[in-house]
Amino acid sequence: MEIKVLTIKEDILGANEEKARSNQARLDKHGILTINIMSSPGAGKTSLILQTINRLRPEIGIAVIEGDIASQVDADKIHQQGVPIIQINIPGGCHLDANMIENALDNLPLKEVDLLIIENVGNLICPAEFDLGEHKRVILASMPEGDDKPYKYPLMFTEADVVLVNKLDLLPHLDFNASYFCEGVTRLNPTVKIFQVSCKTGEGLEQWFSWLLAQMKDKKAGQAA
Amino acid sequence: MHELPVTMSILSIVLEHAKTVKASKISLIKLTIGELSGIVPEYIELQFGFLSKDTIAAGASISFHRPPAELRCRSCATIFSPDNQNWACPNCGEQKIEIVSGRECYVESMEVE
Repeated sequence: MEIKVLTIKEDILGANEEKARSNQARLDKHGILTINIMSSPGAGKTSLILQTINRLRPEIGIAVIEGDIASQVDADKIHQQGVPIIQINIPGGCHLDANMIENALDNLPLKEVDLLIIENVGNLICPAEFDLGEHKRVILASMPEGDDKPYKYPLMFTEADVVLVNKLDLLPHLDFNASYFCEGVTRLNPTVKIFQVSCKTGEGLEQWFSWLLAQMKDKKAGQAA
Repeated sequence: MHELPVTMSILSIVLEHAKTVKASKISLIKLTIGELSGIVPEYIELQFGFLSKDTIAAGASISFHRPPAELRCRSCATIFSPDNQNWACPNCGEQKIEIVSGRECYVESMEVE
Protein backbone atom coordinates (compact mmCIF):
# COMPACT_ATOMS: atom_id res chain seq x y z
CA MET A 1 0.00 0.00 0.00
CA GLU A 2 1.31 3.42 -0.94
CA ILE A 3 1.94 5.75 1.96
CA LYS A 4 0.94 9.37 1.50
CA VAL A 5 2.10 12.19 3.71
CA LEU A 6 -0.51 14.89 4.25
CA THR A 7 0.47 18.29 5.58
CA ILE A 8 -2.31 19.50 7.85
CA LYS A 9 -1.16 22.41 10.07
CA GLU A 10 -4.54 22.65 11.72
CA ASP A 11 -5.07 24.16 15.14
CA ILE A 12 -6.33 21.44 17.47
CA LEU A 13 -8.58 23.86 19.31
CA GLY A 14 -9.67 25.52 16.04
CA ALA A 15 -13.22 24.17 16.24
CA ASN A 16 -13.58 25.69 19.71
CA GLU A 17 -12.17 29.03 18.51
CA GLU A 18 -14.64 29.09 15.66
CA LYS A 19 -17.55 28.39 17.95
CA ALA A 20 -16.28 31.07 20.35
CA ARG A 21 -16.29 33.62 17.52
CA SER A 22 -19.84 32.72 16.62
CA ASN A 23 -20.90 33.07 20.28
CA GLN A 24 -19.29 36.48 20.40
CA ALA A 25 -21.04 37.61 17.23
CA ARG A 26 -24.34 36.53 18.73
CA LEU A 27 -23.63 38.38 21.99
CA ASP A 28 -22.58 41.48 20.05
CA LYS A 29 -25.81 41.42 18.10
CA HIS A 30 -27.67 41.74 21.40
CA GLY A 31 -25.22 44.29 22.79
CA ILE A 32 -24.32 41.99 25.70
CA LEU A 33 -20.99 42.46 27.46
CA THR A 34 -19.73 39.02 28.48
CA ILE A 35 -17.12 38.33 31.12
CA ASN A 36 -15.47 35.01 31.89
CA ILE A 37 -14.50 34.71 35.56
CA MET A 38 -11.76 32.20 36.32
CA SER A 39 -10.18 31.26 39.64
CA SER A 40 -9.18 28.39 41.90
CA PRO A 41 -12.00 26.69 43.80
CA GLY A 42 -13.04 28.76 46.79
CA ALA A 43 -11.54 32.10 45.74
CA GLY A 44 -14.98 33.71 45.87
CA LYS A 45 -16.38 33.73 42.34
CA THR A 46 -19.97 33.24 43.45
CA SER A 47 -19.64 35.89 46.18
CA LEU A 48 -18.28 38.32 43.59
CA ILE A 49 -21.18 37.59 41.27
CA LEU A 50 -23.72 38.06 44.07
CA GLN A 51 -22.13 41.39 45.04
CA THR A 52 -22.16 42.47 41.40
CA ILE A 53 -25.82 41.56 40.97
CA ASN A 54 -26.79 43.43 44.14
CA ARG A 55 -24.95 46.56 43.11
CA LEU A 56 -25.83 46.78 39.41
CA ARG A 57 -29.42 45.68 39.29
CA PRO A 58 -32.10 46.70 38.48
CA GLU A 59 -30.55 49.25 36.07
CA ILE A 60 -28.61 46.52 34.29
CA GLY A 61 -30.02 43.22 33.05
CA ILE A 62 -27.74 40.43 34.24
CA ALA A 63 -27.63 36.71 33.39
CA VAL A 64 -25.23 34.08 34.68
CA ILE A 65 -23.80 30.85 33.30
CA GLU A 66 -22.43 28.66 36.05
CA GLY A 67 -19.89 25.89 35.42
CA ASP A 68 -19.27 23.22 38.06
CA ILE A 69 -18.18 19.61 38.24
CA ALA A 70 -21.31 18.72 40.20
CA SER A 71 -24.23 20.23 42.15
CA GLN A 72 -26.23 23.41 41.72
CA VAL A 73 -25.28 24.95 45.03
CA ASP A 74 -23.94 28.12 43.38
CA ALA A 75 -26.79 28.32 40.90
CA ASP A 76 -29.35 28.16 43.71
CA LYS A 77 -27.74 31.17 45.44
CA ILE A 78 -27.84 33.18 42.24
CA HIS A 79 -31.32 32.01 41.31
CA GLN A 80 -32.57 33.37 44.65
CA GLN A 81 -31.63 36.82 43.38
CA GLY A 82 -34.10 36.38 40.53
CA VAL A 83 -31.41 36.41 37.84
CA PRO A 84 -31.66 34.11 34.79
CA ILE A 85 -29.08 31.37 35.30
CA ILE A 86 -27.96 28.29 33.43
CA GLN A 87 -26.07 25.67 35.41
CA ILE A 88 -23.64 23.53 33.43
CA ASN A 89 -22.35 20.41 35.17
CA ILE A 90 -19.38 18.67 33.61
CA PRO A 91 -18.56 15.56 35.64
CA GLY A 92 -14.89 14.76 35.15
CA GLY A 93 -14.36 17.94 33.14
CA CYS A 94 -12.22 20.85 34.19
CA HIS A 95 -13.30 23.85 32.09
CA LEU A 96 -16.16 25.24 30.04
CA ASP A 97 -15.91 25.27 26.25
CA ALA A 98 -17.55 27.34 23.54
CA ASN A 99 -20.03 24.64 22.62
CA MET A 100 -21.43 24.54 26.15
CA ILE A 101 -21.85 28.30 26.07
CA GLU A 102 -23.68 28.13 22.75
CA ASN A 103 -26.19 25.72 24.27
CA ALA A 104 -26.60 27.95 27.31
CA LEU A 105 -27.22 31.01 25.11
CA ASP A 106 -30.09 29.15 23.45
CA ASN A 107 -31.76 29.02 26.84
CA LEU A 108 -31.25 32.57 28.11
CA PRO A 109 -33.54 35.56 27.49
CA LEU A 110 -30.84 37.44 25.57
CA LYS A 111 -33.06 40.43 24.77
CA GLU A 112 -33.26 41.29 28.47
CA VAL A 113 -29.53 40.93 29.15
CA ASP A 114 -26.87 43.69 29.19
CA LEU A 115 -24.21 41.79 31.12
CA LEU A 116 -23.54 38.05 30.93
CA ILE A 117 -21.32 36.65 33.65
CA ILE A 118 -19.76 33.24 33.05
CA GLU A 119 -18.44 31.55 36.17
CA ASN A 120 -15.90 29.04 34.88
CA VAL A 121 -14.99 25.82 36.69
CA GLY A 122 -12.67 26.49 39.63
CA ASN A 123 -9.25 25.71 38.13
CA LEU A 124 -6.18 27.85 37.41
CA ILE A 125 -4.89 25.81 34.49
CA CYS A 126 -7.03 24.88 31.52
CA PRO A 127 -9.97 27.31 31.47
CA ALA A 128 -7.54 29.85 29.98
CA GLU A 129 -6.97 27.66 26.91
CA PHE A 130 -10.63 27.53 25.92
CA ASP A 131 -12.07 30.71 24.50
CA LEU A 132 -15.81 30.94 25.13
CA GLY A 133 -16.59 34.05 23.10
CA GLU A 134 -16.28 36.37 26.10
CA HIS A 135 -15.26 40.03 25.72
CA LYS A 136 -13.24 40.27 28.91
CA ARG A 137 -11.34 37.78 31.03
CA VAL A 138 -11.37 38.21 34.76
CA ILE A 139 -9.16 36.31 37.15
CA LEU A 140 -10.13 36.20 40.76
CA ALA A 141 -7.29 35.32 43.10
CA SER A 142 -7.66 35.34 46.87
CA MET A 143 -5.11 36.29 49.45
CA PRO A 144 -5.20 33.01 51.45
CA GLU A 145 -4.08 31.18 48.30
CA GLY A 146 -0.73 32.94 48.56
CA ASP A 147 1.12 35.66 46.70
CA ASP A 148 2.98 33.20 44.46
CA LYS A 149 0.06 32.23 42.21
CA PRO A 150 1.11 34.36 39.19
CA TYR A 151 4.54 32.71 39.38
CA LYS A 152 3.16 29.18 39.64
CA TYR A 153 0.33 29.52 37.11
CA PRO A 154 1.72 32.17 34.74
CA LEU A 155 -0.31 31.39 31.63
CA MET A 156 -3.62 32.03 33.27
CA PHE A 157 -2.56 35.60 34.03
CA THR A 158 -1.16 36.47 30.60
CA GLU A 159 -4.52 37.05 28.96
CA ALA A 160 -6.52 38.53 31.81
CA ASP A 161 -8.07 41.98 31.46
CA VAL A 162 -8.64 42.29 35.19
CA VAL A 163 -7.22 40.51 38.20
CA LEU A 164 -9.22 40.84 41.40
CA VAL A 165 -7.50 39.86 44.63
CA ASN A 166 -10.23 38.86 47.05
CA LYS A 167 -10.45 38.37 50.83
CA LEU A 168 -8.71 41.63 51.64
CA ASP A 169 -10.49 41.47 55.02
CA LEU A 170 -8.20 38.54 55.97
CA LEU A 171 -4.96 40.36 55.12
CA PRO A 172 -4.01 41.13 58.76
CA HIS A 173 -3.91 37.37 59.41
CA LEU A 174 -1.87 36.43 56.35
CA ASP A 175 1.69 36.71 55.02
CA PHE A 176 0.46 37.96 51.67
CA ASN A 177 2.85 40.35 49.94
CA ALA A 178 0.63 42.37 47.59
CA SER A 179 3.49 44.02 45.71
CA TYR A 180 5.15 40.65 45.03
CA PHE A 181 1.84 39.35 43.73
CA CYS A 182 1.21 42.40 41.52
CA GLU A 183 4.76 42.28 40.13
CA GLY A 184 4.19 38.64 39.18
CA VAL A 185 1.07 39.62 37.25
CA THR A 186 2.34 42.74 35.50
CA ARG A 187 5.60 41.17 34.32
CA LEU A 188 3.44 38.95 32.09
CA ASN A 189 0.66 41.37 31.44
CA PRO A 190 1.66 45.03 31.73
CA THR A 191 -1.75 46.50 30.89
CA VAL A 192 -3.85 44.43 33.29
CA LYS A 193 -5.94 46.13 35.99
CA ILE A 194 -5.49 44.76 39.49
CA PHE A 195 -8.04 45.49 42.22
CA GLN A 196 -7.77 44.36 45.83
CA VAL A 197 -11.22 43.64 47.18
CA SER A 198 -13.25 41.94 49.85
CA CYS A 199 -16.47 40.35 48.66
CA LYS A 200 -17.38 39.92 52.34
CA THR A 201 -17.12 43.54 53.48
CA GLY A 202 -17.45 45.19 50.06
CA GLU A 203 -14.10 46.99 50.45
CA GLY A 204 -12.51 47.87 47.10
CA LEU A 205 -15.43 46.62 45.05
CA GLU A 206 -16.36 50.10 43.79
CA GLN A 207 -13.27 50.01 41.52
CA TRP A 208 -14.54 46.75 40.05
CA PHE A 209 -18.06 48.10 39.51
CA SER A 210 -16.70 51.27 37.88
CA TRP A 211 -14.50 49.22 35.57
CA LEU A 212 -17.43 47.00 34.63
CA LEU A 213 -19.76 49.96 34.01
CA ALA A 214 -17.08 51.63 31.87
CA GLN A 215 -16.74 48.48 29.75
CA MET A 216 -20.49 48.33 29.28
CA LYS A 217 -20.58 51.98 28.29
CA ASP A 218 -17.78 51.40 25.75
CA LYS A 219 -19.65 48.43 24.38
CA LYS A 220 -22.86 50.40 23.93
CA ALA A 221 -20.92 53.29 22.35
CA GLY A 222 -19.21 50.85 19.98
CA GLN A 223 -22.60 49.41 19.14
CA ALA A 224 -24.09 52.82 18.36
CA ALA A 225 -21.12 53.93 16.23
CA MET B 1 -8.67 15.42 32.03
CA HIS B 2 -7.89 18.60 30.12
CA GLU B 3 -6.56 16.42 27.28
CA LEU B 4 -9.82 14.63 26.50
CA PRO B 5 -11.43 17.36 24.35
CA VAL B 6 -8.00 17.95 22.79
CA THR B 7 -7.68 14.27 21.84
CA MET B 8 -11.24 14.19 20.50
CA SER B 9 -10.45 17.18 18.36
CA ILE B 10 -7.23 15.57 17.03
CA LEU B 11 -9.19 12.47 16.06
CA SER B 12 -11.85 14.45 14.25
CA ILE B 13 -9.22 16.54 12.37
CA VAL B 14 -7.28 13.49 11.15
CA LEU B 15 -10.40 11.52 10.17
CA GLU B 16 -11.69 14.46 8.18
CA HIS B 17 -8.42 14.92 6.30
CA ALA B 18 -8.17 11.16 5.67
CA LYS B 19 -11.65 11.22 4.17
CA THR B 20 -10.73 13.91 1.65
CA VAL B 21 -8.01 11.67 0.16
CA LYS B 22 -10.09 8.48 0.59
CA ALA B 23 -7.43 6.89 2.81
CA SER B 24 -8.10 3.46 4.28
CA LYS B 25 -5.69 3.71 7.18
CA ILE B 26 -3.91 6.40 9.20
CA SER B 27 -0.50 5.13 10.26
CA LEU B 28 1.29 8.16 11.74
CA ILE B 29 0.14 11.46 13.21
CA LYS B 30 2.63 14.25 13.89
CA LEU B 31 1.57 16.75 16.51
CA THR B 32 3.20 19.98 17.59
CA ILE B 33 2.48 20.57 21.27
CA GLY B 34 4.43 23.39 22.90
CA GLU B 35 5.93 23.01 26.35
CA LEU B 36 3.68 25.76 27.70
CA SER B 37 0.47 24.36 26.22
CA GLY B 38 -0.34 22.52 29.44
CA ILE B 39 -0.96 19.31 27.50
CA VAL B 40 0.58 16.00 28.57
CA PRO B 41 1.54 13.88 25.51
CA GLU B 42 1.22 10.56 27.38
CA TYR B 43 -2.45 11.29 28.08
CA ILE B 44 -3.08 12.10 24.42
CA GLU B 45 -1.57 8.77 23.40
CA LEU B 46 -3.59 6.85 25.96
CA GLN B 47 -6.87 8.53 25.09
CA PHE B 48 -6.24 8.38 21.36
CA GLY B 49 -5.80 4.61 21.52
CA PHE B 50 -9.14 4.30 23.25
CA LEU B 51 -11.10 6.82 21.18
CA SER B 52 -9.81 5.69 17.78
CA LYS B 53 -10.31 1.95 18.15
CA ASP B 54 -13.25 1.62 15.75
CA THR B 55 -11.87 4.04 13.17
CA ILE B 56 -9.23 3.98 10.42
CA ALA B 57 -6.91 5.74 12.87
CA ALA B 58 -6.80 2.71 15.17
CA GLY B 59 -3.21 1.72 15.90
CA ALA B 60 -1.74 4.95 14.47
CA SER B 61 1.57 6.06 15.96
CA ILE B 62 1.70 9.57 17.33
CA SER B 63 4.87 11.62 17.32
CA PHE B 64 5.23 14.83 19.28
CA HIS B 65 7.27 17.87 18.39
CA ARG B 66 7.60 19.95 21.56
CA PRO B 67 8.72 23.53 20.94
CA PRO B 68 10.33 24.87 24.12
CA ALA B 69 9.16 28.00 25.90
CA GLU B 70 10.65 31.16 24.40
CA LEU B 71 10.14 34.57 25.92
CA ARG B 72 10.86 38.07 24.64
CA CYS B 73 11.94 40.78 27.04
CA ARG B 74 9.65 43.80 26.70
CA SER B 75 12.48 46.10 27.64
CA CYS B 76 15.49 45.04 25.50
CA ALA B 77 13.80 42.58 23.09
CA THR B 78 16.17 39.72 23.97
CA ILE B 79 14.63 36.35 23.18
CA PHE B 80 15.47 33.64 25.69
CA SER B 81 14.41 30.27 27.01
CA PRO B 82 13.46 30.59 30.65
CA ASP B 83 14.27 28.06 33.28
CA ASN B 84 11.42 26.79 35.35
CA GLN B 85 11.88 29.21 38.23
CA ASN B 86 13.10 32.34 36.62
CA TRP B 87 11.38 34.23 33.85
CA ALA B 88 13.59 37.32 34.12
CA CYS B 89 15.59 38.51 31.09
CA PRO B 90 19.18 37.18 31.24
CA ASN B 91 20.42 40.30 29.43
CA CYS B 92 18.90 43.19 31.39
CA GLY B 93 17.20 41.47 34.33
CA GLU B 94 13.82 42.97 33.45
CA GLN B 95 10.88 40.80 34.46
CA LYS B 96 8.38 42.12 31.94
CA ILE B 97 8.19 39.54 29.22
CA GLU B 98 5.91 38.15 26.54
CA ILE B 99 5.60 34.58 25.33
CA VAL B 100 6.97 34.03 21.82
CA SER B 101 6.60 30.29 21.55
CA GLY B 102 5.72 27.24 23.58
CA ARG B 103 1.93 27.46 23.40
CA GLU B 104 1.59 25.70 20.00
CA CYS B 105 -1.09 23.08 19.73
CA TYR B 106 -1.73 21.78 16.22
CA VAL B 107 -1.75 18.75 13.95
CA GLU B 108 1.36 19.09 11.80
CA SER B 109 0.93 16.24 9.31
CA MET B 110 0.02 12.59 9.00
CA GLU B 111 0.80 9.50 6.99
CA VAL B 112 -2.05 7.56 5.43
CA GLU B 113 -2.39 4.47 3.28
